[in-house]
Amino acid sequence: MRLEPRTKVPFVLVILAPIAAIAASFVLCAGLVAWSGASVLEAYGLLLKGALGSGFALSETFARATPLIFTGLAAAIAFKSRFWNIGAEGQLYAGALIITVLGTGMLDLHPGLMIPILVVTSAVAGALMLLGPVLLKIHFGVDEVVTTLLLNFIVLLLVSLLLEGPLKDPMGLGWPQAEPVIEAAELPRLFQGLRLHSGLLLALLFSVIFWIVSIRTTLGYEMRAVGFNQKAARFAGMPVKRVMIITALISGGIAGIAGFSEVAGMKGNLTLDLSPGFGYTGIVVAMLAQLHPLGVIISASFVASIFVGADAMSRSAGVPSYIADVMVSVSLLCMLVSVLLVRFRIRWS
Amino acid sequence: METSFAWLEIFLNASFWVAAVRIATPLIFGTLGEVICERAGVLNLGIEGIMTIGAMVGWMAVYQGAGLWSGVLLAAVCGGVFGLLHAMLTVPLGLSQHVTGIGITLLATSLSSYVYRLILPEVSSPPRIQAFEPLEIPGLSSIPIIGEALFKQTPLTYFAFISVVVVAYVLYRTPVGLAVQMVGENPAAAEAQGLNVTIIRTGAVVCGSAFMAVGGAFLTMSAFNAFFFNMINGRGWICIALVVFASWRPGKALLGALLFAAFDAYQMRLQQLVGAEIPYQIFLMMPYVLSILALIVMSRRVGYPQALMIPYRKGER
Repeated sequence: MRLEPRTKVPFVLVILAPIAAIAASFVLCAGLVAWSGASVLEAYGLLLKGALGSGFALSETFARATPLIFTGLAAAIAFKSRFWNIGAEGQLYAGALIITVLGTGMLDLHPGLMIPILVVTSAVAGALMLLGPVLLKIHFGVDEVVTTLLLNFIVLLLVSLLLEGPLKDPMGLGWPQAEPVIEAAELPRLFQGLRLHSGLLLALLFSVIFWIVSIRTTLGYEMRAVGFNQKAARFAGMPVKRVMIITALISGGIAGIAGFSEVAGMKGNLTLDLSPGFGYTGIVVAMLAQLHPLGVIISASFVASIFVGADAMSRSAGVPSYIADVMVSVSLLCMLVSVLLVRFRIRWS
Repeated sequence: METSFAWLEIFLNASFWVAAVRIATPLIFGTLGEVICERAGVLNLGIEGIMTIGAMVGWMAVYQGAGLWSGVLLAAVCGGVFGLLHAMLTVPLGLSQHVTGIGITLLATSLSSYVYRLILPEVSSPPRIQAFEPLEIPGLSSIPIIGEALFKQTPLTYFAFISVVVVAYVLYRTPVGLAVQMVGENPAAAEAQGLNVTIIRTGAVVCGSAFMAVGGAFLTMSAFNAFFFNMINGRGWICIALVVFASWRPGKALLGALLFAAFDAYQMRLQQLVGAEIPYQIFLMMPYVLSILALIVMSRRVGYPQALMIPYRKGER
């Protein structure tokens, strides 16, 4: 067996790749759904209805998609330059932590000033989380995958420490949770009575900004070049190390903003279960989008709909809601294969 | 005066050394498995998930009435299956080992949770099993301080020590081992020798993954006797760091795992000693901080397999 690069990749195939991957993951997971005793078609129907069937469902799905757009974008930006940032989870919590420090009373400004300041500080916190790993990679050749992964655990323990210590809400009935952020720091809801908040608009804005940066600026070009062929980029006179550092800072920053959006828009305060693995799911989102900043919006919405839909399906059909995690990870692996099949032709010889 | 030397007295306590060896066991299996994979040129970031599935499957088999060793075997087979999946995607297809490995971890972890919930929908506190009992080796186990640590452990711990010797022997002294090293250093040369790079790499990843799964199974079948979600808790990632620390050598992997575990056991006892003065989270952070430090210290003199993370495509240079 050998792989032969396609000289010309039809655009239809590029669009079809994620659709085929998703379809494959539904088929592959059908066996698991059936194992639980539920009727597969009925269960998938319930999933679809739970994710998209009503205004409430749609609000839940897009509220769930919001942090995934941020973390998906963070992964897409880093992976494009072949910088493997697996630490979005930790960066998200770092952003949430700084927002909790500043937003629960230390700063009290007009929302028009307060929110931009919080966005910037959460981005700085997330970016700083990645500064160590990127410098270690550049100067010592330390693999960033392991350092970013380990940092996730360290940050989560730090959050736990602070939530049981200085940041603990005295009114929290003993639970390890922080005080809620003040009203000026809250991201306004988009519709009366629904949880969907303006963090979504922020996420869309960042996707568009980054899309423009990647296709219209020198930086975007350099980031792609470094990812495509680092040696060639260096020969072409590009400041490879600087590009890597900038990439890492942007990636970490965007993941940090996810923490702000979740605290200020969704939950209101910082808890230890602020993120059910948004950082890791972001990797799947980025891969499904083939690392395209605008594609991230679509793939995040898809992944979010699986999670929200699976919750509904779990309640009414009795399929454990972990099926969502299984489906999402299966679709990641299917996506890797289908992208390969788009780029290469398999020759059996 | 009595308390001031308490931090030193920990070392004289036999239970400290027993705990250190027990904590080391899953790390020995995991690191050994990862060494095998990486020696053949394949980074296996599926380790965290493969350890999880090993922990779940081994425990579940025994809970459903299987024997303890059948549970271990089943865990190893499941680990091998996930290893095979990782190998199929990264070796013949040459997909990114980073992203595939993370995908394998996500899949194996979520599948463990799903299957566990499916079989036990209503349990809130995890049920326990009759796990491996410590096996005392008469005579040797009565050596002061370290006797119990080395000779009064559960059978899986002895199996871990034996595995290190066997893997080291196979890797350095047999044609199979040399072939594994060769495809990890220079696959084109291996191919020229008539070796099948795809099959050797796949075999190494399957075998290494089976070891990882047994490491996970140790946790549910010899240590905690029950399965919890997130029970692997980064041990897999620590193993990845230990592989670098061990310079990809089985013997050093054993040493690294023991050193690391001794440190972990020590910080747990120190934690009880200083009580509430230092938050317990600081102590829990230490293993992760230590792993990062180990990576930095070792980075200067890494002798990593030359073809690590480079997919091999026939006829391509």
